[in-house]
Amino acid sequence: MTVVEFFGCTLLAFGPPFAMFIFTIVHDPVRIIILIAAAFFWLLSLLLSSLLWFAVVPLRKDLAFGLVFAVLFQEAFRFLIYKILRKAEHGLKKITDDSATLIENKHILAYVSGLGFGIMSGAFSLVNVIADSLGPGTMGLKSGTEMFFLTSSAIGLCFILLHTFWSVLYFNAFDNKNKFQISFVVVSHLLVSCLTLLNRYQYYSACIVPLYVILAVTGCYAFKVAGGSYASFKVCISFK
Amino acid sequence: MSDSESDYDTVSEKTRLMDGHVAANSSGSTASTDLRHGQEIPRKRTRRNADDNEERLEEEGASEDHPTQRRCVQHQPMPQDDEEELKYGAKHVIKLFAPVSLCMVVVVATISAVNFYSIKGMYLIYTPFHEESPDTSTKVWNAAANAMILMAVIVGMTVLLIVLYKYRCYKTIHGWLIVSSLMLLSIFSYLYLEEILRAYNIPMDYPTLLMIMWNFGVMGMIVIHWQGPLVLQQAYLIFVAALMALVFIKYLPEWTTWAVLAVISIWDLIAVLMPKGPLRILVETAQERNEQIFPALIYSSTYMYAYTSMATGEEVPNVRTSRSTSEDHGFTQDWVDNHASHVAQRQLEVHDTPSGVPRTQVIQEEEERGVKLGLGDFIFYSVLVGKASSYGDWNTTLACFVAILIGLCLTLLLLAIFKKALPALPISITFGLIFYFATKELVSPFTDSLASEQVFI
Repeated sequence: MTVVEFFGCTLLAFGPPFAMFIFTIVHDPVRIIILIAAAFFWLLSLLLSSLLWFAVVPLRKDLAFGLVFAVLFQEAFRFLIYKILRKAEHGLKKITDDSATLIENKHILAYVSGLGFGIMSGAFSLVNVIADSLGPGTMGLKSGTEMFFLTSSAIGLCFILLHTFWSVLYFNAFDNKNKFQISFVVVSHLLVSCLTLLNRYQYYSACIVPLYVILAVTGCYAFKVAGGSYASFKVCISFK
Repeated sequence: MSDSESDYDTVSEKTRLMDGHVAANSSGSTASTDLRHGQEIPRKRTRRNADDNEERLEEEGASEDHPTQRRCVQHQPMPQDDEEELKYGAKHVIKLFAPVSLCMVVVVATISAVNFYSIKGMYLIYTPFHEESPDTSTKVWNAAANAMILMAVIVGMTVLLIVLYKYRCYKTIHGWLIVSSLMLLSIFSYLYLEEILRAYNIPMDYPTLLMIMWNFGVMGMIVIHWQGPLVLQQAYLIFVAALMALVFIKYLPEWTTWAVLAVISIWDLIAVLMPKGPLRILVETAQERNEQIFPALIYSSTYMYAYTSMATGEEVPNVRTSRSTSEDHGFTQDWVDNHASHVAQRQLEVHDTPSGVPRTQVIQEEEERGVKLGLGDFIFYSVLVGKASSYGDWNTTLACFVAILIGLCLTLLLLAIFKKALPALPISITFGLIFYFATKELVSPFTDSLASEQVFI
């Protein structure tokens, strides 16, 4: 049971990002590098937020405090990587094979770095949990809920995808100086992170349902921002 | 060197192709003609060539209606080269990412599956202090002393190797390497297999085991020292590096491992960059002699047996010589076994054509054009990640992994800028160490408390 659960949860959380990685990233070396660089930036943001969390001793038990600053740091580093990528655009043009697509369609860079952010954040919040699911214990046998691993990997997937969408929105917002989109990203990030505070009381449905609603909204918004429309969506799924 | 006729033909073919390519690229630019000068350059490119190629060039020059073509050949080579270099750069980064990640994955998987490698108790003779006292200051002192002893051994062995290489004692070096690679591929692989079987509780009889080991070992020796499919050779090199890393993780005391990692990256810096650094001398001597440096000690993203692979088919007489050359400096990573030698492998090197060599050798250029990473780098990267994973915290492992890859990326970026052999350890290992300790002390408590309450950020 534990092994099955392990594989199920791993694939639930990391299956879609892995598919995205395989189909959209892996063929271009530059994209892989950007993905890893984005992951590294996320790591730096986490390092800063844990430094802060560690330094402010009295609030260590209050995760809400650490959480708010972690979100703010993440958005700050997202801005940093945006700046760096825009500065490096000229250099990227030289080293990439399909410079045309990578540079002309600015959303690709945003998407790739967002996925890097997301995968790293998802991995950091899930990897230890999922490793524990291998046993020897089984969750929910004596206490706790058996849905624990399932919900956490579902939330993890949600966050990975959200990070990708947020980056697309965020990069575009800074390109167009769109204050609304920037605040949308920051506020929705804060909102979803605060929603997960409910997990402590095991109100999983109260957390997951709004999370996926926000995911859908953000996804549609990012799709629209990236130049998609209903017609293009129909073309895309019509197997032609 | 295989200076045969047919070789030249192929080469000139390529040269021509390249000219055409350049011309096509920039046919838009306009034209102040300098035919004289324009011809000079292609001639220089093919100056080692036979007459027939010369004629061909003359023909081309004569029938040259487009002045632009010549012009751009003459003006553009440099930028073109640079861009090519960069374009290849990104690919090479990935070509190294994959094997480095693979090596780390093998080590991490082994460590988490087989607990033989994380149990302490036996130590190498190079580390006489076993850090058994509970006192922190004693531990620190022990670790520093161990690291220094190990370092001295490594420096001594490197110098010995350089001296041997300098005086062309290829046979000695080769014997040394063969013996040590044989040890790695037989004894250590046997131990590895035994532990794997034990961990998964699989019974196996000795005849089967013997057959597996024999085939594995002999194939490895052939592939590493002589020739074989590139993929297979790379796989063996990765496996050997992983095995060596596991040995280090198992037999080095706790703190000594970290001390050794720190010290060795400093040594790497010195050895490669100092004017009289041993590895630098090694690289320069090899370039002087126009030889491959240690074909089997270095992981290469392209063929190492450039000569051998060129000398196929009809050129029977060449086969012998080429093989013997590649054999002669076939320093294998078996070496690795004598810890000493890791150092030598630890260098990154882009294969530019050395300035003295005529551009004729397009083929070689193309074949050798690849990034090379010493197996020592593989070993110590894997030691770091493996050591991090041996404490059971996946976040730390992940952080070290990403940090090392980013360090490798930066090193390769510097490589594209400076275009000379660079040490690959310092940046990566520094990043790795910083992220290891930061994650262990700061990040992990934070992420653990987030995970225990299922809060996502």
